[in-house]
Amino acid sequence: MRFGVVIFPGTWSDCDFHYVIGEVLRQPVKYVWHRDTDLGDLDCLILPGGFSYGDYLRAGAIAGRSPVVEALPDFVARGGHVLGSCNGFQILCEAGMLPGALMRNECLQYRCQSTHLFVENADTPFTRGLRPGQVLKMPISHGEGKYYADAETLRTLKARNRIVFRYCTEAGDVTKDANPNGSIENIAGIVNDAGTVLGLMPHPERAAESAMGGTDGLLLFHSLIGSLVEDGSVLKG
Amino acid sequence: MTAADPKVTLDLALAHGLTAEEYDRIIRILGREPTYTELGLFSALWSEHCAYKHSKVFLRLLPTKAPHVLQGPGENAGIVDLGDGWALVLKMESHNHPSFIEPFQGAATGVGGILRDIFTMGARPIATLDSLRFGDPEDAKTRYLIGGVVSGISWYNNCFGVPNVGGEVAFAPEYQRNPLVNVMCVGLVQTDRIFRARAEGVGNPVFYVGAKTGRDGIHGATMASAVFEEGAEERRPTVQVGDPFTEKLLLEACLEAMATGAVVGIQDMGAAGLACCSSEMPARAGTGMEVELSRVPRRETGMTPYEIMLSESQERMLLVVARGREEEVKKVFAKWDLDAVEIGRVTGDGILRVSMDGQVVAEVPVRALTEEAPVYEKPTARPGWLDALQAFDPLTLPEPPDYEAAFLRLLASPTIASKQWVYRQYDQQVGTNTLVLPGSDAGVLRIKGTPKAIVVTTDGNARYVFLDPYQGGALAVAEAARNLACSGARPLAVTDCLNFGSPERPEILWQFAEAIRGLADACRQLEIPVVSGNVSFYNETEGQAILPTPVIGMAGLLEDAGWRTTQWFKEAGDRIALIGPDAVSLGGSEYLATSGRQLAGRPAPVDLRLERDVQAACRAAIEAGLVSSAHDAAEGGLAVALAEACISGPEAVGAEIEVESLGRADLTLFGEGPSRILVSVPPRAQRHFESLMGECQVPWRFIGTVGGGRLTLKVGGSVVVSLSLDQIAHAWRTGFERHVA
Amino acid sequence: MRARVFVRLKRGILDPQGAAVKRALEGLGYREVQELRVGKVLELELEGTDPGQAHGRLEEMCRRLLANPVTEEFTVEIVEDGARQRLA
Repeated sequence: MRFGVVIFPGTWSDCDFHYVIGEVLRQPVKYVWHRDTDLGDLDCLILPGGFSYGDYLRAGAIAGRSPVVEALPDFVARGGHVLGSCNGFQILCEAGMLPGALMRNECLQYRCQSTHLFVENADTPFTRGLRPGQVLKMPISHGEGKYYADAETLRTLKARNRIVFRYCTEAGDVTKDANPNGSIENIAGIVNDAGTVLGLMPHPERAAESAMGGTDGLLLFHSLIGSLVEDGSVLKG
Repeated sequence: MTAADPKVTLDLALAHGLTAEEYDRIIRILGREPTYTELGLFSALWSEHCAYKHSKVFLRLLPTKAPHVLQGPGENAGIVDLGDGWALVLKMESHNHPSFIEPFQGAATGVGGILRDIFTMGARPIATLDSLRFGDPEDAKTRYLIGGVVSGISWYNNCFGVPNVGGEVAFAPEYQRNPLVNVMCVGLVQTDRIFRARAEGVGNPVFYVGAKTGRDGIHGATMASAVFEEGAEERRPTVQVGDPFTEKLLLEACLEAMATGAVVGIQDMGAAGLACCSSEMPARAGTGMEVELSRVPRRETGMTPYEIMLSESQERMLLVVARGREEEVKKVFAKWDLDAVEIGRVTGDGILRVSMDGQVVAEVPVRALTEEAPVYEKPTARPGWLDALQAFDPLTLPEPPDYEAAFLRLLASPTIASKQWVYRQYDQQVGTNTLVLPGSDAGVLRIKGTPKAIVVTTDGNARYVFLDPYQGGALAVAEAARNLACSGARPLAVTDCLNFGSPERPEILWQFAEAIRGLADACRQLEIPVVSGNVSFYNETEGQAILPTPVIGMAGLLEDAGWRTTQWFKEAGDRIALIGPDAVSLGGSEYLATSGRQLAGRPAPVDLRLERDVQAACRAAIEAGLVSSAHDAAEGGLAVALAEACISGPEAVGAEIEVESLGRADLTLFGEGPSRILVSVPPRAQRHFESLMGECQVPWRFIGTVGGGRLTLKVGGSVVVSLSLDQIAHAWRTGFERHVA
Repeated sequence: MRARVFVRLKRGILDPQGAAVKRALEGLGYREVQELRVGKVLELELEGTDPGQAHGRLEEMCRRLLANPVTEEFTVEIVEDGARQRLA
């Protein structure tokens, strides 16, 4: 399948995603400039981490109004998949592609650390290779990752099983201590109604090689590639 | 010659920090009185910060050459060859004064400056490290400074997108009103893509790129060369404000412009801004330069030529472009939404000619501003108080009544305790190269596409330098190299940041000269060239100088990234060995400091030949796969090194130790000395390890075994310390944080 | 024409920054501070002279970019020749 990695001014996880997809997973991948709107040849678009536009105003706010992001609804409508990690998740929320918002960490400090994620929904294209309740290890690196949604949005997310990951302990307990940023109900990642747009604060691309401390991040890519090959969306490779 | 310019007089020159002799010299060079703009140029370029006028004669002692050195001192940064077509660019710089005045922006712009030094050479920055010194940790002002400095570094690093992989934070009362913020950066460049800060090619256009110019930081270079006085906090307006987002764009645009082949030379507009670039770049190439200031992008109105030349607005570069290829460069910068404006050209007459709206406002030979800047050999004098301090014998003090309490106090000392509070605020992994995260002896970064890895560290124990500047200088180099050896790496190069008081005081200059002599001897013995660095003098407030603090940044190479070794114990049953001599001292030790004792005595001297052999033995054991951990026994002595090996890893594990007494248990456990490395050896490798140590002909002995839930230390047959892992972990994990949270 | 836009967190949304500043003020002895919320002020210099029209445009800017409707509320203020005209 064909991946695109978006570069906004200030993006910095672009090379890391490109490396994992191209060198570790050996899948075709190219960079997509934020002014590009022609996404015709892609199956999955990655919105990587970074400080797009310096995160000035609000994290992801300015990038959330850029041409490539405005082309996303059409891309998704015709079967495209989108994975937004870290700043990419912030951008998806700012653009209204996912509900809620990411606010300043409750501790008011940037946090770069390893976290554990409880797999809540194993029925999305990104998580189909996982078990519900499985615990993944993935690092975070952000200053504004506290997920917030109002009560009604939260009800909808739960009713439609759209919460994908929650921060948990190594043993899989979703506790206050395991929550690194004060996210509501420990939410670390959510999907759109169709399950084709995933936003998460952790960095799967930093957990894709054992030399980097773990490979749980690869499971998301394997699921996605597997799902799309299986349902005939794309040809293998 | 602008109507509003003040009249240039000797008094005005003195107010600019020039001496009367220097002012006479300027008049002789020009054959006339300087214009106001010219006075500004001379005062900035002849400042200590730019001209190294008090330090140059001493710095000549440092070894700077080796076959793998591609660029030594004198450029934006040093470069060493890594093989396989790759080179490493490294540099360290201080931002002490700005960080005291405004900790957040001061530290942030310090990071910004060092990053630019790296990417002007054509390299992509791959890691930063920060070496920080603060005053009394109990003081509210210290807490404010730490908070500001750490969040400033965090903000700039993280937004720019470079991992921070190591560093140090130490405390001493002498830094109370003069904290130190030293930042080191390393970058990777292909050996055939290196760029230099040279204005080659008469007729080539000169481009200004990056952020617009404002009035910020005017006099930054002279401020960094002046002693702090009461009221320094009122100087806020001169502090520059950083913009890491623009810097990130500048990085990408510069590397992309360089890849076109249209860039001839490039320099960061750092200290002394355009004044510095427009004189140093032609001076290095033996050319001259013309600049027209009305073309400089500005964000404030009514700026004078003086202000435009001396502004230290951040995130700006000066580029020399191959004539005829201007459009290629403009296109790249336009893509990244950055200004790129042609403001002048390279000339052949060796003159810097500055004009404003066509009218010449300064005309100075570039060599007069740079190579011919005054150099002084000021008097040095051994301080009279040193003999008494050195004569103090710490063993005249009583032994601690409670060894376990003393040990826990030592582990909880903010200088020794875990710095997780600091580094969890820094991105440590962006770039996905970081193989060893902060918290071990050194940071390790892989070089993608090769089997190799880079190992980086910063070190500098100022107490040792204060008590014995020559030994202290040598010890700093030895310890940095030892940290690399513990990770398995061979040292490649040093970048140094030399933080001292006023060089106009003979005792301070003596400390400086002696420390350099120690640095130079250690670098020569250990065969590590110094390729870049920075001198920061005048670190004093109202006559109170900081401890003399040379900070050593060192980079090394692991031929095989798989050899990388961390400091923590891995497996119960592993034997623990101590490689190195028994020569330790309590003089200047952390133990003495935490017992509320005066800073006195002498540090244990370093035997450089033994140091080299111990490091070689450690590397050999690592390369042969015989050790599962290696840790330098430094501040806090053997006991602290053991505790760190037990609790700093992902899973805590205990140890039982038995050593001979070196006379007294406190000296044995807490005494500090060089050339000592703690390793753990799996039982299967024990025989092989023993014979390897024999071949290496270094002192060594097994001192215990990994395992259990306690750390037990027996000295001369009796148990002196036996504490649970929870007890030592609690002291070590909370010791720093409780002061800042 | 000059305008000011104030953006602040909606009532009911936790403002840890405001809480931290309030604690700091208490530490300095200002115990009378009952509540403190941190917001943003954006100052804009606008072309045109019709405050009514400008106000409409500013509200649109807030809805589209300057404020996040999920977490933030805004007020718009037009300042003309030093005279303040509060419009929303």
